[in-house]
Amino acid sequence: MKTEIIVPNNIKKRGFNYSLNRLMKEWDIQILIIPSLILIIIFSYLPMWGILSSFQDFDVSKGFFNSPWVGAKYFNMFFHSGDFALVMKNTLILSLLKLTFGFPAPIILALMLNEIRSMWFKRTVQTITYLPHFISWVIVGAFITSMLSVDSGTINIVLMKLHLVSEPVNWLSKPDLLWPILILANIWKEIGFSAIIYLAAIAGVDQQLYEAASIDGATRLQQTIAITLPTIVPVIIILLILSVSNILNAGFEDIYQLTNNLNNSILMSKADTIDIYSFRQGLRGFMYSYGMAVSLFKSVINAVILLVANWLARRLSGNSLF
Amino acid sequence: MGKLTLQDKIIQICIYIILIILAIITLYPFWNTFIISINNAGDTANGGVTIWPRVFTLANYKVVLQNPDLLQSFFITILRTVVGTFLSILFTSAFAFGLSRKGVYGKKVYTTLCLITMYFSGGIIPYYLLIVKMHMNNTFWVMVIPGIVSVYNMIVFRSFFMSLPESMIESAKIDGANHITIFFRLILPLSGSIIATLALFTAVGHWNDWFYPSLFITSKHLYPLQSLLNQILATNAATDLMNVLSPGAQQKLKELQEVSNRSMAATTIMVVTFPIIMVYPFVQKYFVKGVLIGSLKE
Repeated sequence: MKTEIIVPNNIKKRGFNYSLNRLMKEWDIQILIIPSLILIIIFSYLPMWGILSSFQDFDVSKGFFNSPWVGAKYFNMFFHSGDFALVMKNTLILSLLKLTFGFPAPIILALMLNEIRSMWFKRTVQTITYLPHFISWVIVGAFITSMLSVDSGTINIVLMKLHLVSEPVNWLSKPDLLWPILILANIWKEIGFSAIIYLAAIAGVDQQLYEAASIDGATRLQQTIAITLPTIVPVIIILLILSVSNILNAGFEDIYQLTNNLNNSILMSKADTIDIYSFRQGLRGFMYSYGMAVSLFKSVINAVILLVANWLARRLSGNSLF
Repeated sequence: MGKLTLQDKIIQICIYIILIILAIITLYPFWNTFIISINNAGDTANGGVTIWPRVFTLANYKVVLQNPDLLQSFFITILRTVVGTFLSILFTSAFAFGLSRKGVYGKKVYTTLCLITMYFSGGIIPYYLLIVKMHMNNTFWVMVIPGIVSVYNMIVFRSFFMSLPESMIESAKIDGANHITIFFRLILPLSGSIIATLALFTAVGHWNDWFYPSLFITSKHLYPLQSLLNQILATNAATDLMNVLSPGAQQKLKELQEVSNRSMAATTIMVVTFPIIMVYPFVQKYFVKGVLIGSLKE
């Protein structure tokens, strides 16, 4: 049964009455859709529109409609501020480091799990490594603080016992250690869960290929390099392109937690990424327009990278996001 | 799989060792926190508690579980998780069912509007100003309503609904049922496993959400667990930091730690994480399924 709509001749096709007529005709479907659509418009689209206030001298008491427009004032302010270079540098380097170390980690884990023949052992390792994905950054932050604590942290206890350090190290007050700690924490939290998708891709490899290779005398390592890895390359490429297009998102909750809710001023020289800086200036410092300008700048660059990455994905693999 | 060469065997052993170390590193923080929570607070303050309690006690739990703020937060967290997950699944699945039907008026526009939100957002500041403008800050509903529609879950639901046999829905229509009846009577009962999977993800998200409540909620009786925990830890860290900055105050701080906030923090962490750790092994397979459904569609 097709939903054929009989349109009276006097109603212009595509006109308002036509739309209303169709909506009324399908009221039972539309009523399932429209409440959710309204929520999306309110909570996703109004903020997108609200970010135009970055071109205003936004004043809460005046609101969006009465705040004066000031053009690119706050964008210029950001580009010419002494913070711009530092914020961009922190964002790009931290993000690239996270990608360099964080991206291959789950692939290596998946390849290692693939070599395990004892199903019991494999499943146990999987169950354990998925677990941290399901706890919040508040708790991960607490774990890190506790592990690295000066007077009773396990890391210091072990290093002291092994005589690798002569006195306990205060890991969390050294700006240079913030990035390595962030990278390791992210790997710790996500390595298992991110490996799921690679494991699924590996499971799709034709087992006969392995048998043929092993008859030809290939070692397991050679088989992994010559058979397993090539079959998961398409998945790797897609995920890599997605990650690259997120390059200006250097993380928020993790940095927030490791800097004691952004109150640890010693670490700020390394912690100030675009998102953190926008939040600190815009919301904490009540410079709403400035914060929004910083955030809009990021969104525009992100959009450009996403489009380029999407184009690349289509060229390279035939797959693309849109 | 063929016979293993010597090189294969060596690699195998290395892999086993690496994976065992990885598993230990993953579990150790949980275990250590658990041990601190069942160790005497004064003793913990002396340092050195690692894999086994030195002075076993349940006193920390007694103190923490008598904290009225924590109990209130527990209640709020459970409430928001239940209400939030229920509404989210209801709205999102209905939305997805609507968009899974052929020839729905405006379907292309609706879908595009959804997809755009997956890649672009206004960011925190306009969102914050909007919530304040709507007087939703410091209400229970700020933790529920904005998260009701998940576009990602909608897409997963939609591809599931599109895989259901069309003839079944057609015959219900011939029997005179409208789409609302079909959705509640026919579709939802058939979607048990996918609802379970997505509801689990949504519930975990609610349980773990701390940032927005910390931003929007000021009254204690509405504070969810994770935000409360964040507050407790932040206060602790502040004292730690003072400790570093003024070494002279160390002795005084040691005394303060007799009522150790470290032990209290560890115990609170255990209380907050306990439900997830308990449920997790049983529902783990649903999570894995959820990831795979989500990734296959694209």
